Amino acid sequence: MSWDWDVIIKYYPKLLDGALLTLELVLISGFIGVALAVPTALARVSPNRLISTLPFCFIYFFRGTPLLIQIFLIYYGASQFEAIRESSLWPILKEPYWCAIIAFSLNTAAYSAELFRGAIQAIPRGELEAADAFGMSWFKKTRRIVLPRAFGIALPGYGNEVVLMLKSSALASTITLLDLTGMARTIQARTYTPVELFTAAGVIYLVMAALVIGLFRMMESYFNRYQYYKPPIDPLGVEKQ
Amino acid sequence: MSVRKIIAAATLAATALVGTQALAGDKIRIATEGAYAPFNMKNEQGELIGFDVEIAKALCAEMKADCTIVEQDWDGMIPALRGKKFDAIIASMSITEERLRAIDFTDPYYTNALAFVAAQGAEFKTDKASLKGKTLGAQRATIAGQYLEDELGDIVDVKLYDTQDNAYLDLASGRLDGLVSDKFPAYDWMRTDAGKSYEFKGDEIKTATVDKIGIGIRKGDNELKEKFNKALKAIVQDGTYGKINAKYFPFSIY
Repeated sequence: MSWDWDVIIKYYPKLLDGALLTLELVLISGFIGVALAVPTALARVSPNRLISTLPFCFIYFFRGTPLLIQIFLIYYGASQFEAIRESSLWPILKEPYWCAIIAFSLNTAAYSAELFRGAIQAIPRGELEAADAFGMSWFKKTRRIVLPRAFGIALPGYGNEVVLMLKSSALASTITLLDLTGMARTIQARTYTPVELFTAAGVIYLVMAALVIGLFRMMESYFNRYQYYKPPIDPLGVEKQ
Repeated sequence: MSVRKIIAAATLAATALVGTQALAGDKIRIATEGAYAPFNMKNEQGELIGFDVEIAKALCAEMKADCTIVEQDWDGMIPALRGKKFDAIIASMSITEERLRAIDFTDPYYTNALAFVAAQGAEFKTDKASLKGKTLGAQRATIAGQYLEDELGDIVDVKLYDTQDNAYLDLASGRLDGLVSDKFPAYDWMRTDAGKSYEFKGDEIKTATVDKIGIGIRKGDNELKEKFNKALKAIVQDGTYGKINAKYFPFSIY
């Protein structure tokens, strides 16, 4: 087995094009996912069964089925119905790009909603009691206490979710999109150098993951700075002034 | 030489011996895709069937070889053959110059042609000017896909699919204006309920070389190649090939 550098150099720009589409898919569905996840999580923690059942079902379905099946259902499944093909939604559902965005958004929304639910329930009860003691309305309490506190608690776990999503986005290649994986597959179909191309793609995924991890590390150290204990003695044992 | 080294050497020699014997005993692993009707597909029990599979079985019977037929995704076919996951590809693979750089082929066992497919009655002319701006699909890593990318890539929107079946689905949904497809599987698809409202458009596509389909073999595996070639000649001559052909197509595809 000889290693072919030329193939990597020649197709590097194409792989980067693919990586750009991957980032775009993850970013857009990430934002839509969070926008859906916050109200879902709030409804999910409601003591009222009428309000909490629907989010439960949504989360259960999207966490309990493989993402590939969700993508196929939206892309190949929906298009089987003439009613959908003739509806005003068709210009959107026709495009593999939007089908991928819809599938990824709903999938990450379900996982994030469950993450946010845990975070909301992890807020120390004393802080919620204090809010009630002030006579805050549900809306004010949610806006001033619940969401900001839950945000900090959920942040490390959410960073993990984004990294997972970055890798799941490779499934976009199954519905004709030329994301990083799709590009690598298409090129290796011509060159028969799968080891080189998939290694190159893997390295680009690693770099993108490093960016995501770094970004969340920064956000954590900024938003959760009050949590970090700084000992008065530095590790070398010299007392601070 | 220590005892341990002697044992190690003996084990090594024994494995090597068993290894060559296994080859001499004609255990052949043959890969096919299973998503390319009527050449290779799966029945309701999930067993691999189709023209390719029957040809494979007829060749094995002729060679008196102990064959196992395994399933492999199309775009990993050549890498997996080179990685010795199996010994031969009987999956309607065209003999192309690009592939010959990576693997070897036996004599061709049928001849394929490319054609455009679109809905009956659809306005679909196959000259370049009329094709401009259309969305056309094909399976990834096939000569149909390469034809689309190389010859029409600049003027049409090319969509590449993991399987031929998925390309049909998107033609039916209207996402694609047309397909570039191998002619025989498309002919077979048009006889099913799903494909009955589609037809060939224009003439057969003229490709630079005639599209011959062969059995993929690892480079240097000449003994196996010769065996396949001999067996292929034999089943063509004794009429076995003709019988299998007639089961799938009313015309000869050899």
